[in-house]
Amino acid sequence: MASDRIFGLVILMTALAYIASATQIQTSFLSDPVGPKAFPILVGIVSAISALVLIFKPDPDPNWPAFRTFGAILIAVIVLVIYAYLLKPLGFIIPTIFAAGILSYQISPRPVPAALTGIGLSVGLFILFKYALDLGLVAFPKGWLG
Amino acid sequence: MDILANLALGFSIALTPYTLMLAVIGCFLGTIIGALPGLGPSNGVAILIPLTFSLGLDATSALVLMTAVYYGAMYGGRISSILLNIPGDEPALMTTLDGYPMAKAGRAGDALVLSGVASFVGAFLATVGLMLLAPLLARVAYLFGPAEYFALYLLAFCTLGGMASNNQAKSAIAACLGLGIAMIGVDNSSGLPRLTGGNMHLMDGVDFLVAIVGLFAIAEVFFFIESHGKGSSIGVKLERVTIPWRDIIATKWTMLRASGVGFIAGILPGAGASLGSFLAYMSEKSVAGPEAGFGTGVAKGVAAPEAGNNAAAGGALVPMLTLGVPGSGTTAVLLALLMTLNITPGPTLFTDRPEVVWGLIASLLIANIVLLLMNVPMVKIFVKVLSVPAWVLLPGVTMISFVGIYSLSGSYFDLLLMVAFGVLGYFLRKLDVPTVPVILGILLGGHMENALRRAMVLSDGDVLYLFSTPIAIGLWIAAVAGFIAPMFLRGLLKKPQAVTD
Repeated sequence: MASDRIFGLVILMTALAYIASATQIQTSFLSDPVGPKAFPILVGIVSAISALVLIFKPDPDPNWPAFRTFGAILIAVIVLVIYAYLLKPLGFIIPTIFAAGILSYQISPRPVPAALTGIGLSVGLFILFKYALDLGLVAFPKGWLG
Repeated sequence: MDILANLALGFSIALTPYTLMLAVIGCFLGTIIGALPGLGPSNGVAILIPLTFSLGLDATSALVLMTAVYYGAMYGGRISSILLNIPGDEPALMTTLDGYPMAKAGRAGDALVLSGVASFVGAFLATVGLMLLAPLLARVAYLFGPAEYFALYLLAFCTLGGMASNNQAKSAIAACLGLGIAMIGVDNSSGLPRLTGGNMHLMDGVDFLVAIVGLFAIAEVFFFIESHGKGSSIGVKLERVTIPWRDIIATKWTMLRASGVGFIAGILPGAGASLGSFLAYMSEKSVAGPEAGFGTGVAKGVAAPEAGNNAAAGGALVPMLTLGVPGSGTTAVLLALLMTLNITPGPTLFTDRPEVVWGLIASLLIANIVLLLMNVPMVKIFVKVLSVPAWVLLPGVTMISFVGIYSLSGSYFDLLLMVAFGVLGYFLRKLDVPTVPVILGILLGGHMENALRRAMVLSDGDVLYLFSTPIAIGLWIAAVAGFIAPMFLRGLLKKPQAVTD
């Protein structure tokens, strides 16, 4: 019950914010009868109505995981965000070892296989992408290999 | 004999050694992807699209490769359904009902071969149906103006939402999420930015590939972290594999009927393969009567949903190719592939680029035969794939997704967006909100708005123009019915529970 109500509330807020920002869209002088505002506003209204339905008629709650599992998922998200930032400056191999290793550890918490997975995936995928598929990946940061 | 001439054109493209090689590679990769637990046709194809794109293949080759992967993944999905009782995607759920009991009774090999043959029959007949029906529908589609297209897109969202979720409000929210995201970026007609929040990265909109890979592949990783890779049932050993001729002959009518049912279900926009396999199984169950023992591991119970599922997958290509409206999650991903390759599906595709359409159809036929030949002798190799542990597979999938999206644009922003879509996908699926309408919304949002705006330009702002032709009115009625009817039919369409050990 509560989950759907919270979700409905979040969607309602998002929809209202969306409608509000849609009214701010600039219109140009050669506009058609509908213009660039109408469709986004329509979408916003439909989702606001659906969100209200959800708030007043929620489904039973899903089985949420334990607090610790949420922690593990949060760690995975943070790792992926950091990975996204580091992929360009640090090259493929080093960030991938850590990202793949930590993800593996989050799924099955055994350090040694997780570390081996990280190294294996990083090197294996690099060889696959670089040499078999000919993608332009950089292995290490510039300047390390002369 | 237009069809034969067209087919000859298709085969002249698809039968070159190079494309044939791509088809074989695609079938092999696809079967492995389908067999891997946690990967199905939609997310498997989704993570491969950016890679194919950056390989620089031409449109026809890329299309042949990816459709082979798609068909292969449909084939591979039944391996985990039958041996592990884990459906690779939703339509494969029906196959577990009789496939897993059959495997437990020591007939795993028979069940695998039989389902392979049934898949072949379903997919083959559906491809033939596609050849006959698609050109006709393409001709009808010429009658469609912007008002009709607007109603058609609405119909797709309504029926898909009606079928995909248990709660109409949730599927409406999902569709609106997608449509809302599609609006972000520079407006086509005025050339001014919309809803970007001043963010430069959002000026050219949200790439649908980023959303698809995030929602389908990255979200899956979070689910595996939640379950710690457990929750998979104990697999059934596969002993020897022989061809069960008796079962194949005994189920021939079942396969034909199920193919017909599945094909029709697939054509309906938004209904797709889940409905196809469900209706095929249920109708065969009632034809056979209670003494046939459906659900206890009978051959017909394996053949019917597999034929229906694959026929529906073929049928879903009819509205996708002729009207540009996909019928299911996987066809939505295929539509994304076409759009990536700069091919706009629709009636003009058949006249302007016949080599693409008929090359695709010919390669579907070829992929089908390759899969049948590959699957019977090599099924043991594919079964080995099932033992890849989740703690290697899922990090691997994540890294491939990152490299794929990174190679598209080389920007960290798309990667962050992909992770955000992964988190969104996790919460949506947790809350039983379907994710396919989100994808469909992102894919079709721009077209839908353009249709509305063009209609309003034609009619000078008269809203009644949207209901001015019989076709448009029919589509509106179907859309409303498709959205409302499942509320009342829910008791009737209740899906059977998966077999538990």
